[in-house]
Amino acid sequence: MEEQIVVKVEHVSMRFNLSSEKFDSFKEYVIKSLKKQVSYEEFWALRDVSLEVYKGDSLGLIGLNGSGKSTMLKTIAGVLKPTEGSVTVNGMVAPLIELGAGFDFDLTARENVYLNGALLGHSREVMDGYYEDIVAFSELQDFMNVPVKNFSSGMVSRLAFAIATIGTPDILIVDEVLSVGDFRFQEKCERRIRNMMDKGTTVLFVSHSIQQVESICNKIVWLEKGKVKRFGAAKDICEEYSKS
Amino acid sequence: MTTYIQNFLRFEPLLKELVARDVKIKYRRSVLGVLWTLLNPLCMMIILSVVFSNLFKFDIENFPLYILSGQVVFNFFSGATTEAMSSIIGSAALIKKVYVPKYLFVISRVFSSFINLLASFTALLLVMVVTRAELHWTVFLVPVPLILLVVFSLGIGLILAAVTVKFRDIMHLYTVFTTALMYLTPVIYPMSILPEWLYKVVMLNPLTNMLIMLRDVMINNTVFDLQSLVVATIETAVSLILGLYVFYKNQDSFILNI
Repeated sequence: MEEQIVVKVEHVSMRFNLSSEKFDSFKEYVIKSLKKQVSYEEFWALRDVSLEVYKGDSLGLIGLNGSGKSTMLKTIAGVLKPTEGSVTVNGMVAPLIELGAGFDFDLTARENVYLNGALLGHSREVMDGYYEDIVAFSELQDFMNVPVKNFSSGMVSRLAFAIATIGTPDILIVDEVLSVGDFRFQEKCERRIRNMMDKGTTVLFVSHSIQQVESICNKIVWLEKGKVKRFGAAKDICEEYSKS
Repeated sequence: MTTYIQNFLRFEPLLKELVARDVKIKYRRSVLGVLWTLLNPLCMMIILSVVFSNLFKFDIENFPLYILSGQVVFNFFSGATTEAMSSIIGSAALIKKVYVPKYLFVISRVFSSFINLLASFTALLLVMVVTRAELHWTVFLVPVPLILLVVFSLGIGLILAAVTVKFRDIMHLYTVFTTALMYLTPVIYPMSILPEWLYKVVMLNPLTNMLIMLRDVMINNTVFDLQSLVVATIETAVSLILGLYVFYKNQDSFILNI
């Protein structure tokens, strides 16, 4: 069972309709479709992407802006359904896609801990067990009863990171989140991710910092315009990527 | 099927948190807090019963009770469906980022409206005690029309939520629609004043049937007849099945339109 497949992506394509006009009203839609003016411009964010991630792997996704990295992660996280192909995920996914997405800014930090935990599928009892750890890691002891809308962006991301990385999920999705917070906190986050990897968590990692990718990941997918350009061991591809 | 149930159980805590959030946020920073859910229908009842018992003389004993019971039912329906309608659009930020079963947002809104319903129902009981209305054993049958009402509203809410994602017009249209619907529900007037053709129209409104059932057990101290129970059950089932169908058919395209 050494080589257990955790994420299997098979021939995934993702199409978006960039409608030249967006219909917000029913009247417009009817008129336009009667006149046969409903034209969609197609945009393929991903084209025929296939990859496999084994348990314990840490896969880095690299590529320029708009190459489909985030779309790829979203299909794996189950947020987007691929137009073609299939994604099979074995295990629980903890998405770190954009920190703080699940926060309600009118609620206090404490209440948000439970709300966010529930978003990840944890019950209140489970979250009670992690609560102290979250407070300690985010270093927000004095602010837990303050509404999150009064937080600075650094505080929000610290709290969000602490919540999203509780326990040991089977798969952790990290999208550009290590760029938040000060240097010291970034290091702390990196340490935490490494810790989880040691415990067997599979990590999917997106970053524009090639150094970060190189230091964390053992495998890399290089996407270009929605297609896989290279897929393989981290070291070779990193070199090639930095040259290009 | 089992995967659906497993998935629901996994996110069941989320449902609780979402309902708790809705209720908390609604009354945060208000001095009287949750008490407002009780006070609001009471104040409305006082105004309406003062206005209507002076303007029109309806042949109804205990008019305040009649109005309040009508309001409990109608306000729940319009509140729950309106909230459910905007639930998907309002949770856009979340839906774009994290995988969550999307029907949860609709259910949570309907549930938090249900909590309001319970509060306004308490107001109804209070008024009954104050006006010395007779409470009969039939009161114990009141969960029947209430549950039918909640499930019926959930079905309608699912349809509205799914359609509104594509056509925002529905939001504006729906306020007009609920106003019309209120006059097609015997909230203020008795059924006996209606001319025959209008009577038929009002009876076609599913809410009328459920409201009459509620009044039967609460005020008239009689048991609703079997026919209305069967009709209400069928209407509820149709609404729920249609709601689930429309919602499931459209839910994968939500993310592209919000």
